[in-house]
Amino acid sequence: MRSKSLSGRIFDTFNVTFLVIVSIATFFPIYYTVVLSFTDPIEYYKEKLILFPKMWSLDAYKTLLTTNTFPSAFGISTFLAAVGTAISLIVTSGLAYAVSRRRLRFRRFIMFLLMFSILFQPGLIPSYLVVRQLGLIDSIWSLILPVMTSGWYVLLMKGFFDSIPDSLEEAARIDGANEIGIWFRIILPLSLPSLVAFGLFYAVGYWNTYFNALIYINDFQKWPLQVVLQNMLIDPASATGNIDFRSSKQMPTETLKMAAVVIATVPIMLVYPFLQKHFAKGAMVGSVKE
Amino acid sequence: MNSHVSEVRANLKALQTPTAAKRLWFDLKRDKYLYLLALPGLLYFLIFKYIPVGGLVVAFQNYSPYLGILKSDWVGLEHFQRFFSNKDFILLLRNTLAISLLNIVFFFPFPIVVSLLLNELRNMVFKRLVQTVIYIPHFLSWVIIAGLTFLMVSESEGLINKIFEAIGMDKVGFLTEPDYFWGLVTIQSIWKEAGWGTIIFLAAIAGVNPQLYEASVMDGASRMRQVWHITLPAIRNVIIILFILRLGSIMDTGFEQIYLMMNNNATVTEVADVFDTYVFRAGIQQGQFSYSTAIGLFKSIIGITLVTIANKVAKRFGEEGVY
Repeated sequence: MRSKSLSGRIFDTFNVTFLVIVSIATFFPIYYTVVLSFTDPIEYYKEKLILFPKMWSLDAYKTLLTTNTFPSAFGISTFLAAVGTAISLIVTSGLAYAVSRRRLRFRRFIMFLLMFSILFQPGLIPSYLVVRQLGLIDSIWSLILPVMTSGWYVLLMKGFFDSIPDSLEEAARIDGANEIGIWFRIILPLSLPSLVAFGLFYAVGYWNTYFNALIYINDFQKWPLQVVLQNMLIDPASATGNIDFRSSKQMPTETLKMAAVVIATVPIMLVYPFLQKHFAKGAMVGSVKE
Repeated sequence: MNSHVSEVRANLKALQTPTAAKRLWFDLKRDKYLYLLALPGLLYFLIFKYIPVGGLVVAFQNYSPYLGILKSDWVGLEHFQRFFSNKDFILLLRNTLAISLLNIVFFFPFPIVVSLLLNELRNMVFKRLVQTVIYIPHFLSWVIIAGLTFLMVSESEGLINKIFEAIGMDKVGFLTEPDYFWGLVTIQSIWKEAGWGTIIFLAAIAGVNPQLYEASVMDGASRMRQVWHITLPAIRNVIIILFILRLGSIMDTGFEQIYLMMNNNATVTEVADVFDTYVFRAGIQQGQFSYSTAIGLFKSIIGITLVTIANKVAKRFGEEGVY
């Protein structure tokens, strides 16, 4: 339908060029990180600019995986992502489904509470004091419970449940199922695409937990991956604990750092292609309004 | 006889229109499973969102964890006065507003422009490819992005400085010189979130009826005109809602990003220190709970005031607004 005029073609050329530049600017730092992490230590020291290594090497990865801290932090973050996401999805979808039913008493009041919690945030310290009072400091649950759902996600998910008619429930009730069973066996499977999208957002949130660990976890043995990674990026020697790789292996710290970055990113990149088609469903805001 | 009939009638009426309390009880009992489903979420909001709202009272106390809220001394507005008369206050306000405003001016329009441009692409494979790439950084943590930033621009190991060196130019301390800090964090924000930000606009654009475009072509509209008269109006409401919410977080600069960029390079503290990092130091690290709560409350009040005003203005101009 669109015109093939000269100005149109000029615009198309400009447009494609611009978007190619944007894409390269986005992708290049990631590419460069991966390349450096696989670069042979000797080559790294010899060459000034490495855009593609001549010698590939897994040394950086081997060094990292023999440290104490890194594999255990990886395990903690995996636990957070798995258990935290499961809890988050159950809590969020339970509340979202309840407020999506128009017959529910106090529904508008609950919706107001959710909206207000988005618009007014009391700040860091009052929340910190609550977590402290609950005795969650230095507990791994301090990284799950205070962030297990959000007003925003409940309202978004409610938008999906809104389109599920009450009649579906009634039919199931006649067949003898109760609301919990209906919710679990009918509503949730029907909303699977949105659950996948929200699951991904939660999982990435838990995997990337940094700030909460900074304030709630003092015990370094319970640090999740991002905190260990950050310490490594500042001072690799301290974070890798017992191994003084700098004297023994001549490992360039940059190579090691980038290997750590890659390991911390791989799980996300593995699920990314499979979940990409669900993004748009989870990221729409149109359903916030009553 | 007559009295009996009226009595029966009254009883019937009572049966047909039960009291409000009875009806409420009936509804609650009928939906008990729904409340059970909602319960964990409601408890979450009570404990982690609304008890902290009540906990704001410590801003008006000299709160001591040993005495608790009930026994701590009340000091009125002392902490607020102390904060506003602190010489750090102006510095924090300047840095926070500078970073936020740069964000609004340069970051905020970026996803809008990119989604309009994406919408003009005819090659769907290319469009998908661009989308796939520009969504990726959203999923990376700030720790990782701080690492990537170091790798790209640091003075000793940064790629840009290696290139500068190779072509005989002087190295530049992008991370250590205060002049570059605000620009650097703005670019970081754009790199991380601008691509992801297009999703919501693309979703709104996808909802446009294609017949509108066809009709406009019949009327001889150019592509610029189509964008101006069809695509932009379709996403106007989303833009306004996001803008209102953005105004509400004008005092938030994102703790992790600033903290990491500042923590790794102490030389930029003077331009990098913002309310969030200050609250973290004063509250969590030094244990001045009341003082830092007061700062947090000040931030929240500014935020909710701005949202309210912006929402009113939007509604005055016939827009939908946030609530």
